[in-house]
Amino acid sequence: MAKDLLIQGGRVIDPSTHTDKVLDVLVVDGKIAKLSEGIEPEGHMEVLDAKGKIVMPGFIDMHVHLREPGFEYKEDIETGTKAAAMGGFTAVACMPNTEPACDNDSVVTRILERARKTACVRVYPIGAVTKNRAGKELAELGEMRAAGAVAFSDDGSPVATAETLRCALEYLKSFDAVLIDHPEDMSLSDRGQINYGLVSTVSGLRGIPRESEEIAVARDLLIARLTRGRLHLAHLSTEGSISLVRRARARGINVTCEVTPHHLILTDEIVLEAGYDTNTKVNPPLRSQDDVDALREALSDGTIDVIATDHAPHHIDDKWVEYDYADFGISGLETAVGLIIDKLVLPGVINWMKMAELMSLNPARILGVPGGTLKVDAAADITVIDPDCEHSIVPRNFESKGRNSPFMGWRLTGAPYGTIVGGKAVMYDGRMIL
Amino acid sequence: MSLRGNDLLSLREMSAEDMELVLSTARSLKEILSRPIKKVPTLRGKVVCTLFYEPSTRTKTSFELAARYMSADAVSFSSATSAVRKGESLADTARNLSMMGIDLAIMRHSVSGSCHFLSKVLDIPVVNAGDGMNEHPTQGLLDIFTMLDYKSKIRGLKVAIVGDILHSRVARSNIFGLTKMGAEVSIAGPLTLLPPDIERLGVKAFARPEEAMEGADVVYVLRLQLERQARSLFPSKREYRDFFGIDRHKLSYAKDDAIIMHPGPMNRGVEITTDVADSPRSVILDQVTSGVAVRMAILYLILGGRD
Repeated sequence: MAKDLLIQGGRVIDPSTHTDKVLDVLVVDGKIAKLSEGIEPEGHMEVLDAKGKIVMPGFIDMHVHLREPGFEYKEDIETGTKAAAMGGFTAVACMPNTEPACDNDSVVTRILERARKTACVRVYPIGAVTKNRAGKELAELGEMRAAGAVAFSDDGSPVATAETLRCALEYLKSFDAVLIDHPEDMSLSDRGQINYGLVSTVSGLRGIPRESEEIAVARDLLIARLTRGRLHLAHLSTEGSISLVRRARARGINVTCEVTPHHLILTDEIVLEAGYDTNTKVNPPLRSQDDVDALREALSDGTIDVIATDHAPHHIDDKWVEYDYADFGISGLETAVGLIIDKLVLPGVINWMKMAELMSLNPARILGVPGGTLKVDAAADITVIDPDCEHSIVPRNFESKGRNSPFMGWRLTGAPYGTIVGGKAVMYDGRMIL
Repeated sequence: MSLRGNDLLSLREMSAEDMELVLSTARSLKEILSRPIKKVPTLRGKVVCTLFYEPSTRTKTSFELAARYMSADAVSFSSATSAVRKGESLADTARNLSMMGIDLAIMRHSVSGSCHFLSKVLDIPVVNAGDGMNEHPTQGLLDIFTMLDYKSKIRGLKVAIVGDILHSRVARSNIFGLTKMGAEVSIAGPLTLLPPDIERLGVKAFARPEEAMEGADVVYVLRLQLERQARSLFPSKREYRDFFGIDRHKLSYAKDDAIIMHPGPMNRGVEITTDVADSPRSVILDQVTSGVAVRMAILYLILGGRD
């Protein structure tokens, strides 16, 4: 067992207990043992200085692609979880679009076994909704749940038909697991590369209209109403999607949703500014300023539950090509926290408490996993933030194999400072501890 | 001379001054084309390479002749007969070619933005010979050059561009170039073939060609890009011809002395009738000659006459 751990002098912010106070945190046997002022360090304790830092319940990224099994050249569980640790995440939930797809209990078990051997943060597998993510037959959802899948999704693609979604949402009620849908009407996004609008017109790149997402959101919300199942909408990107969710919530439909840092910060203009840099190619595509503004407003009014990265690491070979031929996706684990602090917290769009809610408390609740709190006896999953650290984004220094970031060279204030998983510091002072 | 050593990727990113410079240089070089010995030594020792990832007759030949008339050597690469067939990436192909000592790359590609990508891969200047649905800047310049042959100035000139705007790189380059030089540009086509927010580029958009052509000095007919029509964007060629094809009757909406242009290759009897294409007001073949002069000017300005 790890030594007892004393995190000294940090500002503790915990939305689960509405705490915002400078406190020492004592961790014993991997659990939170005590929070109070002036805990005296003793010889058997490892002491971490957190003066001037912010101590929060560990961040959980409920939408990442770890690529293992099948695409280990892009990322694997070891590198993906190192990236998570560097980024301040104590846990990640990994999507099933692997090869083979995570669509049965043996793949779930394999991922958990590999995680036990190679991961430095918690890994929660998400199972596929349908066999081979093909949208036709339900996968063995109950078996996967029993093996440790925390949620179900055909991410990368939407659950193909309304009827399949209906069956899955009904069926999953027996297993108390959430279904995460990637809302997209494939007929409207057909071969599209970027947002449909002025930038697609000017650039000559095929456009993906907002309605591609919104039609799917509307479908999903109606099926959620029909089934009363637990639906979570992934990576919403448009003003219209937000207002659909808002209205559905007002009518009591059981739905939660997430947004990504890149959709909260970037617009499609960057495609031209960056000279068709394929690191700007992501699905759903970067939208307009109106959409960004609507997403930001929805953060503060509670319509959006979670910020998740949709970490989609790609090899340079899959990005250093013509725009249409490049893979969709952004490597997001190592930039998310800095971007959220610099672009949203410091300018006052959200406060620290809200950040902890969006990145820790809510994902823990939605997935039904431990964490999201610093209460006594809770697992000691803790994220420490340095709110003053000035740094630049340098993708070649990422722990992730995926260096595909449109934020290369950005200067930010605020960074993850420590990642503590089950009482063990895996990253501290911005460095991996292995 | 700000073009020297630079890429020519788009008219969107090109200044009006640089466009004027190309046009005036082309004006003085055009005379070479009517000489009995069409060769000046200006670019002797320079090598240009054409990389064509899409079929072309006009543009490729035009660039290669322009290079040869200026005494540059032109080598060509086409995707159909190369290692691309063996799965080589554009970046690898281009870097290999550049290691053989070429001075300038001219590329045609089916994907928008590919020339911007190539310019990141290569240290030598890149000239865009048409990238996907984005731009065809040398076509835009040769079109403006041709308009100037027949109309004294571009400022205030009424240009109607009709047809498949959505898929047309020619339309985009003309829109950027012409609006920058002060023309009044109207566009028309089936609404499924007009891209969104196009009016924010400073053009007037119409659903019917007759409206766009009202009082036009120039009628620019675009090729219907049948190869890019994967979706059901219009019902049939017959219906397209009836409502959007330019015939004598529709032409009567333009000024009596309006000229007719087309970038080629034409789908005769679809977007343009043969009697219009071959009428005395058609300057479609002049465009081809202008193309060589404009490309000579571009190669000259980028590669420089002397070191």
